Amino acid sequence: MSARQPLPSWALNVLMPAMNVLLALIVGGLAVAMIGENPIQAMQVLAYGAFGSGYGLGFTLHYATSLTFTGLAVAVAFHSGLFNIGGEGQAYVAGLGAIMMALWLDHTHWVFVLVGATVGAMTLGALWAAIPGYLQAKRGSHIVITTIMFNFIASALMSYMLAQVITNPGSNAETRTIAETGRIPLLSEYFEFFKHSPVNIMLFFGVVALIGVYILLWRTKLGFKIRTLGQNPEAARYAGISAVSIIVIAMAISGALAGMMAVNEAVSVQKRLVVGYVQGFGFIGIAVAFMGRAHPVGIVLAAILFGALYQGGSELAFVMPAVPSELVVVIQALVILFSGAMDEMFKPVLERVFGAFRSKPQADKAAEIEEA
Amino acid sequence: MGIEDIIPLLNSSVRFAVPLLLACLAGLYSERSGIVDIGLEGKMLGAAFAAAAVAALSGNVWYGMLAAIFVSVCMSMIHAIASINLRGNQVISGVALNFLALGGTVFIGHSIFKRGGTTPNLSKDERIGPIDLPFAAEIGQVPVIGPIYEQLISGHSIIVYFAFAAVPITAWVLMKTRFGLRLRAVGENPKALDTAGISVFLLRYQALIITGVLCGVAGAYLSTSQGANFSENMTAGRGFIALAALIFAKWKPWNALWTCLLFGVLSAAQIRLQGVEFPLIGEVPVQFIQALPYVLTVVLLAGFIGRAVPPKAVGQPYVKER
Amino acid sequence: MVENQIRNTQQPSRAAEIVPAIDLKGVSKSFGPVQANKDINLTVKRNSIHGIVGENGAGKSTLMSILYGFYKADAGDIFVHGKKVQIKDSSHALDLGIGMVHQHFMLVENFTVLENIILGAEGDPLLAASKAAAREELARLAKDYGLNVDPDAIIEDLSVGQEQRVEILKALYRGADVLILDEPTGVLTPTEADQLFRILEQLRDEGKTIILITHKLREIMAITDTVSVMRRGTMVGTVATKDTSPDKLAEMMVGRHVLLKVEKTAAQPGEKVLEVDGLSVTDDIGVPRVKNVSFDVRAGEIVGIAGVAGNGQSQLLEAISGMFNPLLGEIRINGKKIKFDGDGVADEVRRMGLAHVPEDRHKMGLVTTFEEWENSMLGYDDDQKFGNGPFLSVKAAREDAIKRIEMFDIRPQNPRLKTANFSGGNQQKIVLAREMDRDLDILIVGQPTRGVDIGAIEFIHKQIIKLRDEGKAVLLVSVELDEVRSLSDRVLVMFDGEIVTELAPTASEKEFGLAMAGLDPAQQ
Repeated sequence: MSARQPLPSWALNVLMPAMNVLLALIVGGLAVAMIGENPIQAMQVLAYGAFGSGYGLGFTLHYATSLTFTGLAVAVAFHSGLFNIGGEGQAYVAGLGAIMMALWLDHTHWVFVLVGATVGAMTLGALWAAIPGYLQAKRGSHIVITTIMFNFIASALMSYMLAQVITNPGSNAETRTIAETGRIPLLSEYFEFFKHSPVNIMLFFGVVALIGVYILLWRTKLGFKIRTLGQNPEAARYAGISAVSIIVIAMAISGALAGMMAVNEAVSVQKRLVVGYVQGFGFIGIAVAFMGRAHPVGIVLAAILFGALYQGGSELAFVMPAVPSELVVVIQALVILFSGAMDEMFKPVLERVFGAFRSKPQADKAAEIEEA
Repeated sequence: MGIEDIIPLLNSSVRFAVPLLLACLAGLYSERSGIVDIGLEGKMLGAAFAAAAVAALSGNVWYGMLAAIFVSVCMSMIHAIASINLRGNQVISGVALNFLALGGTVFIGHSIFKRGGTTPNLSKDERIGPIDLPFAAEIGQVPVIGPIYEQLISGHSIIVYFAFAAVPITAWVLMKTRFGLRLRAVGENPKALDTAGISVFLLRYQALIITGVLCGVAGAYLSTSQGANFSENMTAGRGFIALAALIFAKWKPWNALWTCLLFGVLSAAQIRLQGVEFPLIGEVPVQFIQALPYVLTVVLLAGFIGRAVPPKAVGQPYVKER
Repeated sequence: MVENQIRNTQQPSRAAEIVPAIDLKGVSKSFGPVQANKDINLTVKRNSIHGIVGENGAGKSTLMSILYGFYKADAGDIFVHGKKVQIKDSSHALDLGIGMVHQHFMLVENFTVLENIILGAEGDPLLAASKAAAREELARLAKDYGLNVDPDAIIEDLSVGQEQRVEILKALYRGADVLILDEPTGVLTPTEADQLFRILEQLRDEGKTIILITHKLREIMAITDTVSVMRRGTMVGTVATKDTSPDKLAEMMVGRHVLLKVEKTAAQPGEKVLEVDGLSVTDDIGVPRVKNVSFDVRAGEIVGIAGVAGNGQSQLLEAISGMFNPLLGEIRINGKKIKFDGDGVADEVRRMGLAHVPEDRHKMGLVTTFEEWENSMLGYDDDQKFGNGPFLSVKAAREDAIKRIEMFDIRPQNPRLKTANFSGGNQQKIVLAREMDRDLDILIVGQPTRGVDIGAIEFIHKQIIKLRDEGKAVLLVSVELDEVRSLSDRVLVMFDGEIVTELAPTASEKEFGLAMAGLDPAQQ
């Protein structure tokens, strides 16, 4: 028997996620075959729908932008040792802040709307995440449960707000539409290529968020403290890091990031706030973060993958009506399952494979380092 | 408000409470064994679909029930493989199962029935109908007790009685049997069990099978007893309320009963309180009552009213070799 | 079944007297690249108390875990009562009559004593019968061996000594006639330890075989009949206790004479740097751990705190370093009072001139998943030299780490290596380098050489002395009495949360022993 070797980081961070996604696609393909359709054709349609045209690509990038925000949100909390599964509710409540600012400023200029909505969204998103953070830090309530509960409380709160408070008279539980002057331009207004797809200026905010999170976590003292707390809370206590403030800050940043989705989706594209606008993107953010190994580079790739699944899925419904578009939800679920929860599935096998291929002297050297 | 108003309210409370109670007890077995189960919702949803689909195809609701249990147990086993064997993240596994059920039910339902995710309506014979307890009509004549017996206690489907019976049975299993002792131990300190020569894996698998069965029954109740077909996302967050109830009940079976009944009353009252003016506070928004179970759970978890301490080993994969 | 085995052991046949209870031949076990046991041979006679000594990490616990079926040996044979066996798992070991009392108790905290005892040995699917039987059996065991515990008490409410008795009862209830105890006295007070020893002797006299794993020579000499010595995963030898001495055993344990005498000059105490005044600390669950403690440490002296582990030393260290809010009392550094407001006080205490080498480097001193350079600034990342404002200068931090690596001879000399990949001694040096190489007034250091190899011990001791000679104050806490005595200028002895006395390091072993047991040497 060949000895198991610890995997090189590229195998761990690139090969394994790729195998997980491939497996999810294979199982999804089997499901398509099961209902008597051609899985190869389905996958082709999916890929073409997502990347084959400027229009499709625009949608893919638009979805990927939202998922970048929710994925980064999960990742930042995760680095501080917290599992924030409340991105859904945080993005939802953030929609309130975003739309209120947008509706207030929409007769000035879209730049003000953009800035105002971003501030509004980040503030409310941060607040909605900081409360569970505070309850975890100060009262010991488990953050997973509290954030789940906050998703439901958010949902009740928002349907109340949209039905009773900031509702647009005559329509059913939604706000009025943002005035023409305040509409954030779509990229297709500058680049013909994107046709009428919803990708907009928030794409660049997404890029900024990716870089910003990298700098925050690995190039600032706050990030060092966040990671210390996440990796070893006792060491953080020893180092004099205030767990309460770091947890609240990390959760607030997390919520603010999730909230950015509101500007991308509700303000820029839907131009109003409707009930349940988040549509599960907050939850998919968990998958994005885990598949992306909580690192911005991984997150952007995972976000594009999931964005492509969304867009390709709706194209699939057009071209192959016999294949229900829920196929995409199934594939997403499988990706979450394989890359998030069954991550270790391929590891022992890969470790054996790598053990067999690795040359002997190298293995000895590794052992020497352990001994020294 | 007289007894004739209260009985229907309590009756609908019971109907709301039953799927919660079953899912809550399902979660109890899982979490007492040390496995977090966010996927109660998904298992119920998958089971609800299986029950309605198989009942519609076969015309026999009991085949539907079996299918529901089978599907739910299979999903529970996926959770088991992920969290017990592969030591994966139990929360993510639960999230994945919820999505799998959400997409999978519509995907398969649409492929079979071509009705966009719903299943055909079941006739009265194809559903699990109410059963009248002995002498219901006769005792019904007695004042006060009569209507309670005839209308509140009698006349529910067998699943309702099963759910209520499951409470004392669970309490008995936990406290009085060998399995219960080991189950409680494995959720608190799996190493104690391992060193005593008992397989932690096996025990957790057993617990998750029970979880699967109970979620299966809960799902079947939704689509073949309370309702007459399956529709997309018909569980509508019940699995999460059950999770909240489990915490509120501090992982104890009798508490689970009271909590689920309380949440059931809240759900039933929600419909009746719409537009009702209260003295001093005025009209209570229906969304407030919707949110109440979740708010109460958050308040409880924060330790403002009592303290909810979960089983110590919950959520941590058991690693034997170092 | 239980009855049968007891009868067997009470009437040992002649063959049984010759056939050893346990015989291990050529047992080996590796964990990854680390070989925990190398070709071990061990023979344990029936009806005896057999000690196994060795330093931390010598492989004692691994060996016993193999015997108990918790780990599987890579190679070698195991004979139990002369029969060759393959111990598959713990329940198989129990069937063979081998019971184990682990160092960390394997009890379910919110269960009753009775529930814990029957767990895994219930027999019936229903509990009623087994509970009744267990209650009866417990009464009998209590009578036979003096093992009294209330069967209906909840484990959480018991003292550590009582919990240990429950563990012993668990093993006996399962019919164990070979009982393995892993470092049983580490958590006990001296009185509790004495009670345990009496119980063990009684068990042996009633026909049981006891294997006692420890690193304390005193215990070996006091209670065992035979002793085996392990060193770095190998078995050095087995001798009759009456034919050996602590010196000889110590030599076998470490492989050469240890020069515990540390070269140092007389201390030149200066100003008071650390003042502790009426300090009381209560832990998270409300148990008083430190009771009204007052002392001070001056510049240029090393004050040692001796005591059996678990007598409040850890809580004292945590309070002084600002990690834990005390209940009462005051701590002053250079005359300035530590203000305990919220968490994160440790950071302010550092800035007051205190450096802290924690007792448990894995638990709190290091983030083992971090690269070495990151740990090299843990707790000091806010320093100007690691970057301006909110930003971190990775370059500056790595350069700083390299400087320390050279200064403390940390190997391998690679700041980008994951900290978990350094050996125990080098990990400890990373912590020491971080804490000692800076402008400090007082160093508090807990268990400086725990799990550290001999060469590194000498180095670490020299560094501490050097710091003192530079005029810094040092507070040293160690459960190794020899270490405290050889390094300190004054020794405070802690027992049950109190400082019971101050002794000169030259005081006799007997005086220390009495003080550590909570007895006033003057009154004896």
